[in-house]
Amino acid sequence: MSLTTEQVEAIANLARLELSAEEKELMSQQLSDILDYVNRLQALDTGGIPPTSSVLPPRSVLRPDEARPGLERETLLRNASETEAGQFRVPAVLE
Amino acid sequence: MPDLTELSLSQAAQGLRSVQFSSRELTQAYLERIQRLDPQLHAFLTLTPELALVQAGLADEIFAAWRKNGGASPSPLLGIPLAVKDILCVADVRCTCGSRILENFVPPYDATSVARLRQAGMVILGKTNTDEFAMGSSTENSAYGITRNPWDRERVPGGSSGGSATAVAARLAPLALGTDTGGSVRQPASLCGVTGLKPTYGRVSRYGLVAFGSSLDCVGVLGRSAADVTPVFACMAGADPLDATSLDLPAPHFEPGTAKDHPLLGLKIGVPAEYFIPGIQTEVESAVRRAIEVLRELGAEILPVSLPHTQYALPVYYLIAPAEASANLARYDGIRYGPRQPSNTMWEVFRHTRGDLFGPEVKRRIMLGTYALSAGYYDAYYGQAQKVRTLIKQDFEQVFNQVDLVATPASPNTAFRIGQHVNDPLSMYLEDIFTLPANLAGIPGISFPAGFDSAGLPIGMQLMAASFREDRLIQAAHAYQQVTDWHMRRPQL
Repeated sequence: MSLTTEQVEAIANLARLELSAEEKELMSQQLSDILDYVNRLQALDTGGIPPTSSVLPPRSVLRPDEARPGLERETLLRNASETEAGQFRVPAVLE
Repeated sequence: MPDLTELSLSQAAQGLRSVQFSSRELTQAYLERIQRLDPQLHAFLTLTPELALVQAGLADEIFAAWRKNGGASPSPLLGIPLAVKDILCVADVRCTCGSRILENFVPPYDATSVARLRQAGMVILGKTNTDEFAMGSSTENSAYGITRNPWDRERVPGGSSGGSATAVAARLAPLALGTDTGGSVRQPASLCGVTGLKPTYGRVSRYGLVAFGSSLDCVGVLGRSAADVTPVFACMAGADPLDATSLDLPAPHFEPGTAKDHPLLGLKIGVPAEYFIPGIQTEVESAVRRAIEVLRELGAEILPVSLPHTQYALPVYYLIAPAEASANLARYDGIRYGPRQPSNTMWEVFRHTRGDLFGPEVKRRIMLGTYALSAGYYDAYYGQAQKVRTLIKQDFEQVFNQVDLVATPASPNTAFRIGQHVNDPLSMYLEDIFTLPANLAGIPGISFPAGFDSAGLPIGMQLMAASFREDRLIQAAHAYQQVTDWHMRRPQL
């Protein structure tokens, strides 16, 4: 199993990660090694075995639908690098 | 006055009640020791001496009021110092998660685990170093420098809760919080010669624990003995409306008993052949086998058991944990918290902020997880890993029909050299082979010192139990520590 640098670029794009040329090269080699290792799972017959997404028994967690105090707007904006008029400021999303 | 940093939790609690010393004096003793020794060890990323002394002063007032007016006995944790891994939120104290992407993040709230311990009167000394977002087994993946193992400063403390393990081993804190997604409490506890408890998944609220692998993450505690970690665990446990996966079960009640001849009579302990494999350090295997003999002498019945899917735990973990991480870490985009790399478009802001500020291991896992979840590969990787996870969980369910506990080494090797695994991620992942299965199955585990190798490095033993049977882990580890003194040894500093 080996990942080409083109595949690495495609994954990086999905993950919104800017990678340098050296990082892509290294990532292609290291991810290929790890995938080689994890591929031993393919040898196991798991027909009829249900997947485990949580170790807890499935259950519904309910609470009364009541308004409760939350964090203040100013508190929530405190960690943002750019804010304006009580909101997060971002570059233009659409041209 | 005795060296206050040498006291066990119960000794310190007794000293506070009987006015032999105040919480401010106890706290000051730790702060001074940190000031003297932490420059060589780098267990802490942020110190909170002002907060600590205010909390200690409040504890002293509560003790004074109790002595004057009587009433309910104070919590055994009142006035006791605590270090907190820098991935658990403490309100108004910087929380970096060992990452540059959160270098200036100041959470406005406490994690529930932290809030409950503060409510009981614990005194927070500071935040401890961690591999970036808890991804690593050596604390070398922190963006803020390595933490050194107090037994040999050229070696790693393990990870990812390496700062907490070093802090406890070096007597910079009597107790420390860690988190355990694949062994991040138990493995550093083993490498630093301290006791580390990973509770059952769902036992302690994850609210305010910065998410890595949400189906695996647990808040745990490190201390000098099973008796010391137990009250901290009991205080944190219980349902929390802010974490829908936390369960409403009464906190386990445990009183460290006085020594009896055969305190483990009636307890069955299984020894799985799959955890004693070629490639583990021979001194680790022999020390753990000797410790199992001690448990037998204490009355336990020792039985061979089999966990046949053990060899698949590592590949399953390195698909599931990165898949969950890739989703959880999508939120770090430079908009709501953390520094932002300026760019003209939103997409470029995301790509540059994340590309520039995440470290290599975090990027590797985001890439791996994104790939495992991507269209065309989901069933073969993530889907198959979830099914094999079921098989691993069933192995444990079957074994715990036969025995009460499973005994294994905590880590295949004692502390390794700084830099030994940095260029080979897979070899680093293999350091966690004995701790990953408990996270996949959701069961509790404890690691505690069971000897030293010829280089003078601590060896850790792991016990695992069925879900919600932490009481058995504590019972057996405590009984072992009543008749051995490995956990009392301390590094020369």
